[in-house]
Amino acid sequence: MIEIKHLKKTFGEREVLRDVNLTIPDGKVTTILGGSGTGKSTLIKCMMRLQNATSGQILVNGRDITKINDPIRLAVIRRHFGYLFQEGALFDSMTVGENVAFGLEYLTAIPKEDYPKIVKEKLAMVGLQPEVADLNPSELSGGMRKRVSLARVLAVSPKCILYDEPTTGLDPIMSDIISDLILEMKHKIGVTSVVITHDMRSAFKISDYIAFLYEGRIMLHGTPDEFRKTDNPYVRQFVDGSSHGPIQMKLRD
Amino acid sequence: MFTLVGKWTEHWMSQVGGATQMVQSVLYWLAHARFEFKQFVQQSVVIGVESFAVTAMTSLFTGMVLALQGGNTIGNIFGDPIYVGTLVTFSLIRELGPVLTAVVIAGRAGAAVTAHIGTMAVTEQLDALHTLGTNPTRYLVIPRMAAFLLTVPILTVFSNVFGVFGGYLVAVYALDVPGEVYMTDVTAFMGVSDFMHGFLKSFIFGFLVATVCCYKGISTRGGAEGVGKSTTGAVVTCIVMILVLDYFLTAILTAFKI
Repeated sequence: MIEIKHLKKTFGEREVLRDVNLTIPDGKVTTILGGSGTGKSTLIKCMMRLQNATSGQILVNGRDITKINDPIRLAVIRRHFGYLFQEGALFDSMTVGENVAFGLEYLTAIPKEDYPKIVKEKLAMVGLQPEVADLNPSELSGGMRKRVSLARVLAVSPKCILYDEPTTGLDPIMSDIISDLILEMKHKIGVTSVVITHDMRSAFKISDYIAFLYEGRIMLHGTPDEFRKTDNPYVRQFVDGSSHGPIQMKLRD
Repeated sequence: MFTLVGKWTEHWMSQVGGATQMVQSVLYWLAHARFEFKQFVQQSVVIGVESFAVTAMTSLFTGMVLALQGGNTIGNIFGDPIYVGTLVTFSLIRELGPVLTAVVIAGRAGAAVTAHIGTMAVTEQLDALHTLGTNPTRYLVIPRMAAFLLTVPILTVFSNVFGVFGGYLVAVYALDVPGEVYMTDVTAFMGVSDFMHGFLKSFIFGFLVATVCCYKGISTRGGAEGVGKSTTGAVVTCIVMILVLDYFLTAILTAFKI
């Protein structure tokens, strides 16, 4: 279980996360919703310690990872997580196969002879043919890049996968395929998932819990049904995707 | 005016501080993690091969122009172009060889390193390294730094050889200096300390180019424009710092009779 307590993150004078409190249960999909620039990516980057929180706690199985400063212990903590980057962040100088196998060398003791078999297996898991392994990342479409990136994450068997806007920039069908993949990972390997998205359709389909981040705080945390039924005007406006409501009124002030 | 100077000083101090932190991180990971030998070999080949032709060409013509200018000037003063080989060799081995080689490598391989790491930074590939069990210092900076430390002195030696050869061509075919006389002049006054002088400089310049170019790459922000700015910034910083450092190194090494 991951518990976030009173998390605060500032960039200079700008306060992005003010007081985030959130519990992420094991083996479930928790989606974090919020408008652009509300600090969703910052929140999961703090969880992975790609960025350092200004104050507050992130407890992973009871252990506060914000206090760890030793680079080696930090690397050990990061093993707990996999991170699916928004644009994939595949290494341009390597083939797809080398990308998928990259983490195996640093995070596992698996012998190198077994890498091709694992690469094939993980590519199949995300619905890609083995021949894709020989392609360069520049030859892939947006959807394929995200799937290869997911295969790279799955190769190292993390306990928790952090998805940074997994469906952004994809057509509706590919978005649905990615949503299915997230669900499949939950059912097949029981991985804990934290998904950041604007895509309400995907959020309602995949989530066990949804959290709505607004002005640096979690405004509502509940099940998809609670989100459908809520009369909180901020959440209502976001869920309905309406240009009229308190969020825009606030922007105009 | 004062605000500008203040901002400039603040910017430079933060750059120096950031680069120092990177070097500290390099020392930490050298002691705590396996050396990326494959990356080191790849980078050494890339830096060495990419820069060889251009450093050879630069030195060849530098040696030629030194012989031409030096020979004519000495000829005008003493009547004969004497000690052309000595002039060319001393100038190259102690000063121009290390300086020009480092400048050329900064412009060729250094720029490529900054652009590569910078592109990785703006496309989150550096963050991806952290998530996959390694980090940019260990995987990118250390092998490149080691490759620069190896290749800059080696390329400087080649550069000196090409420069002396260029001087030979001009001395023999344009100034009518006998080949044997030129070659005797090349070695006559040359001591081990002169080689050490040039070697130490090339080693320090290699470290400087590696540190500046890797740091500029890692600290890149702001998409394609940011990569362009970092790359230009890295090359300009390297060239200015090589020339400034060269003076102080010459003063220090000469004081120690090297």
